[in-house]
Amino acid sequence: MAINLYYYASPATFYQLSGKLIPWFGWSAVILTVIGLYIGFFMAPTDFQQGEAYRIIFIHVPAAWMSMFIYLVMAFWGAIGLAFKTRLSFMMSRALAPTGALFTFIALWTGALWGKPMWGAWWVWDARLTSELILLFLYIGIMALWAAIDDPQRGDRAGALLTLVGAINVPIIYFSVKWWNTLHQGASVSLTKAPSMAKIMLIGMLVMAIAAWLYTIAVALYRVRTLILERERNTDWVKALVEK
Amino acid sequence: MLAARRRGDWLTSQFFFVMVASMFPLGIGPDPVTLKLIGPGVVWVSALLASLLSLPRLLAEDYRDGSLEQMLLTPQPPVLLALGKSLAHWLIYGIPLLIISPILGIQFALPAEAIAVLMLSLLIGTPILSLLGSVGAALTLGLRGSGVLLTLLILPLYVPVLIFGAGAVDAAMAGTGAESHLSLLGAILVLTLLVAPWIAAAALKVSIE
Amino acid sequence: MSESVATLSFHDLRCTRGERELFSGMNFTLQGGEALLIQGGNGQGKTSLLRLLTGLSQPAEGEVRWRGVKLDKTSETYHREMAYIGHLNGIKDDLTPIENLRLASQLAGRTLNETQAEERLVQLGLGRCLDLPCRVLSFGQRRRVALASLLCSNALLWILDEPLTGLDVHGVALLENLLKAHIDGGGMAVLTTHQPISLEGSNIRTLHVGSPAQTSLAS
Repeated sequence: MAINLYYYASPATFYQLSGKLIPWFGWSAVILTVIGLYIGFFMAPTDFQQGEAYRIIFIHVPAAWMSMFIYLVMAFWGAIGLAFKTRLSFMMSRALAPTGALFTFIALWTGALWGKPMWGAWWVWDARLTSELILLFLYIGIMALWAAIDDPQRGDRAGALLTLVGAINVPIIYFSVKWWNTLHQGASVSLTKAPSMAKIMLIGMLVMAIAAWLYTIAVALYRVRTLILERERNTDWVKALVEK
Repeated sequence: MLAARRRGDWLTSQFFFVMVASMFPLGIGPDPVTLKLIGPGVVWVSALLASLLSLPRLLAEDYRDGSLEQMLLTPQPPVLLALGKSLAHWLIYGIPLLIISPILGIQFALPAEAIAVLMLSLLIGTPILSLLGSVGAALTLGLRGSGVLLTLLILPLYVPVLIFGAGAVDAAMAGTGAESHLSLLGAILVLTLLVAPWIAAAALKVSIE
Repeated sequence: MSESVATLSFHDLRCTRGERELFSGMNFTLQGGEALLIQGGNGQGKTSLLRLLTGLSQPAEGEVRWRGVKLDKTSETYHREMAYIGHLNGIKDDLTPIENLRLASQLAGRTLNETQAEERLVQLGLGRCLDLPCRVLSFGQRRRVALASLLCSNALLWILDEPLTGLDVHGVALLENLLKAHIDGGGMAVLTTHQPISLEGSNIRTLHVGSPAQTSLAS
């Protein structure tokens, strides 16, 4: 994806290209989600320790992966944008944020649902959960900053800077929470699953993860297209497009 | 280069610090055991909030009267400006906080050595708050509701400082030694010192444009 | 000063505000002993152009050069040789005019003693308010403090955004004389104004910003 966009960095060509790609990504995301959920809920065996409730991991784990990964991608686009002043990279960064926040929220929510039967509590101050919560705060902060700045160029660059600060901070936050956790609770509640995960479970999870990927790409491209139209509405090619 | 401005209102954040911290015993009850348990955390959370209260003023005034523009147009690199601003913030916010903190320690029935560690952790930790805060202040410069926004942006970034700062005091009281916490806090300070002024300077340029 | 000839030039400048394009394809070269008067209606981009020239903001396209070098490569030299007064005066309300001048000099890495500061302020007709905090001064008086600070900077290039605003008749005359002296002494100035300003005898060129057409005339 990264290489493609680099060549197609002009908003006009990118607009055309992304328009063709969105249905592909979108539909494959839908199909893979169905397959993944089927594997997760019907094919994977019931876990002998955790019962049926463990099945939530088919949503939880991919969401958690995506939440962190999207943040890194945003930081990457932000850095590219700051370094090369490419408008499109800022738009990518903006387009990804809501999806990232959504996945973070899903991860937290499903984590809580999972935690109830596993740990007997909706919320545990576990390192991963806490970092995820702070990640959500970061997403919200970045989106709030974008919302508060009227001038798109200033907003782009301010948001990118904040994303970068956050990207440096997230690992530090993770390790500090982890450390704090072990100090406060002795042996912290561990998320480690049964040592050998059934192959079918792993496949289900991977399928779901790929589906989440495709969904993210589709949605992000869609948002970028909207952003492009909004920002470039005074240019000739957009006017020509509207008249068509 | 600094010229920390004499302000009547810089004491506000100090009083705020004391008051927030004093509310907790009133809400929780005067039991010394509980107080000792929550004391370090409460003092540190109050310190975070006090820093947020004083941050918007760090640059807003200079922004309003145009001196920030002038400062950016001096031959000095903007990084120095950002660093100087953080230092100024720390001098008028961090140092007084440090001086008041023992009083709060006594309020929370902390033993003498824990108070010493508390002060030490504040000494290392508050500059980090000022440095990170300058990034936030620069980003939110001149925006509507910048105070609330600043809180939203910066508070998550303060988490490690809070953990190690309060953790150091806890560890000192538990007798496990605060050195490791303090040295981690020191490491964060060094890292922040290396990174934050650059980002704050970039943010200033973005905001002033 | 460096050996290269002092010129301020900009090439194919394009400036956008939000999605709107203010101007594009703007070219100009200003040399020592010349002043550039930028004209144009409200909201046509005069202030934006000045801010591009100071380096406070970046053009969407094109570049600004000082002594033939792009601004962001030469910002230290440039900021030493350039002084800017914007809509805001950049003076501190809590300090007296003298303290303001000295603070500004200090920030710029120069030293200015009290008598020098006083001389400048008296020159601008502020002899009676030297010890008052700027808060109690009128708008025009604060404008004069800013102008005094400009004189103290010994800058080669002055960039002035609406310098006449708030000045009374004497103030305007004073500024006109200062500008003439500055330009005739080999200095450079870029300014915008809505009010008529008479700088006869000096080498003034004008540039129109915004629609209908970007034309640069030498007069």
